[in-house]
Amino acid sequence: MTLPPLRLIPPSPARQRPAGALSMGPVLFNWSPDRWRDFHFRIADEAPVDTVHLGEMVCWKRQPFIAPHLAEVVDRLRAAGKEVVLSSLALVMSEREREAMRDLAAGAGDLMVEANDLAITADLAGRRHAIGPMVNVYNEGTLAFLSRQGACRVCLPAELPARAVGVLAAAGLADIEVQAFGRLPLALSARCYHARSRSLHKDGCQYVCAQDPDGMPVDTMDGRSFLTVNGTQTMSSRYVDLLAELAALKEMGVGRFRLWPQSCDMVAVAHLFRDCLDGRIDPQEAGERLADLVPEAEFANGYIHGREGHARVAEPLG
Amino acid sequence: MTALSRPVELVCPAGTPAALRAAIDAGADSVYLGFRDETNARNFPGLNFNREELAAGVDYAHGHGAKVLLAINTFPRAGQPEAWHKAVDDAARLKVDAIIVADLGLCDYAARKHPDLRLHLSVQASASSAEAIRFYHRAFNIRRAVLPRVLTVQEIAALCADVPIEMEVFIFGGLCVMAEGRCALSSYATGKSPNMNGACSPASHVRYIEKGDKVESQLGGFTINTFGAGEPAGYPTLCKGRFETNGRLSYLFEEPTSLNTFAILPDLIAAGVTAFKIEGRQRGRAYVANVVTAFRQTVDAIGRGEAPPVFDLDGITEGGRQTAGAYERNWR
Repeated sequence: MTLPPLRLIPPSPARQRPAGALSMGPVLFNWSPDRWRDFHFRIADEAPVDTVHLGEMVCWKRQPFIAPHLAEVVDRLRAAGKEVVLSSLALVMSEREREAMRDLAAGAGDLMVEANDLAITADLAGRRHAIGPMVNVYNEGTLAFLSRQGACRVCLPAELPARAVGVLAAAGLADIEVQAFGRLPLALSARCYHARSRSLHKDGCQYVCAQDPDGMPVDTMDGRSFLTVNGTQTMSSRYVDLLAELAALKEMGVGRFRLWPQSCDMVAVAHLFRDCLDGRIDPQEAGERLADLVPEAEFANGYIHGREGHARVAEPLG
Repeated sequence: MTALSRPVELVCPAGTPAALRAAIDAGADSVYLGFRDETNARNFPGLNFNREELAAGVDYAHGHGAKVLLAINTFPRAGQPEAWHKAVDDAARLKVDAIIVADLGLCDYAARKHPDLRLHLSVQASASSAEAIRFYHRAFNIRRAVLPRVLTVQEIAALCADVPIEMEVFIFGGLCVMAEGRCALSSYATGKSPNMNGACSPASHVRYIEKGDKVESQLGGFTINTFGAGEPAGYPTLCKGRFETNGRLSYLFEEPTSLNTFAILPDLIAAGVTAFKIEGRQRGRAYVANVVTAFRQTVDAIGRGEAPPVFDLDGITEGGRQTAGAYERNWR
């Protein structure tokens, strides 16, 4: 990964805010390079998020497309006072991917790196880094180990219930982050299902994943929305929406909330979450406005309530 | 073909004490098994071992020159690690030959509390690179890694040459198409996951519904497949179902198929892999005996530098269809 020249910036709002920070991204879908760049420019200029994650988490074949824009996007975000975190690839297999992860760890400068595979953790040990949602942190024993390695921020796996989230937040070992908006990453494979759906293989995929900016819908045989395919990644069909749970999670000690970029107006989504966290609008009104922003989406919050991930639970947490 | 200079270890499933004896009698070098609770990734009703059964199993295995590997490969529940810690402590007390672990915190616990207990890294840890494997080795003295079913034979050969510990690969049986230990599809549909509950696509959430002359298989209320009259209704494992994308119905993730590596076993051995694992702790002892016997004869023939015998295992594989999976690059 080509990294931008680094310059000193004032401390970002993320480091000053005690709890309830918002993180955006990384973009999980294969957006065109221009779209990817312009999305981040607008986030830099308009979105009330503290942190923005950049980097290709899903398929390294896509990385060359965003690489040319990375430096200018980092600059724009940092100039706007955003903290930038570089997210690593989530399933590291090939020599090329391994080398890229070594380069990422070595070349990140003062940007924090988020590990999404243990392939990069040895290279990050001994310095402040983040752990991403594709690394399994289910309990305080794992959290303590990673914390001793230098992990200061951990975005938890999607399937963890609030009871477990509360235990990990209360451990006080790292800033705990929960996935609060967007289609949830559920699984990874060596196989590309976007390619397979067109009778292609990953090696000759023709980048068909670029045709689906929010992923490819996967329906059951009787026509019910179920999953979403994004190349080698399988995601939920429903969008997670934890607006109604933000206050309770914040009360448990959750320090930050992850918004996964979708093709809807993410600036407006970020404002809704910010306003809800700060008590400027109530969760019900925020939820209604969110539904208006993403009219095609169905929403779910089952995991945090200890239920099926696709479930929509109306009762409050706790 | 020339004779092998190093031994090859056949690692066989033991879902029950009867399967343990069947596997060892059929020539298993090692058996792997779990306690009867959610500390292992095959937490199915009627399977697994209590402490007394494990002690007897260890006696039987050691009496026949075989090893016992205990899988403690789910992720301990936050705030309640006791069952997992006790499983590790009991494994050491009952003198199993190794434990198979996936959770970083549990690796850390075992390495500190029982430094002499041999640790194998479970496939559920999804360590797919030399860097990840070396990290576990350095941090916890992991001695063997079970590789996720995502790598090609060529990548496995490069990996074996690049890490200081033994490698184990799956050679037969059920096939995960997702990176193991990093899949929440089951919990998305049912609330039960391999990582937290030790169960994928659990039977408690399966329904077969007759609709006219068809049978629909469901998991957690989602239709996974449909079968015509006279067609055997397969188990609705989520990633082996039929789904619709862009108006086209297909086995999007994988056909109802199982892993079979008889044809490429010599290549996997030549790649430098130490141990060869047969999936199937949920299988009966007759299945275990048949499959272990076939692989014993195959591995021994390869070891002597002879052409392996030819077996017809179609009758006992899932749906009759077989694949070499990710070991072949065009699977991707």
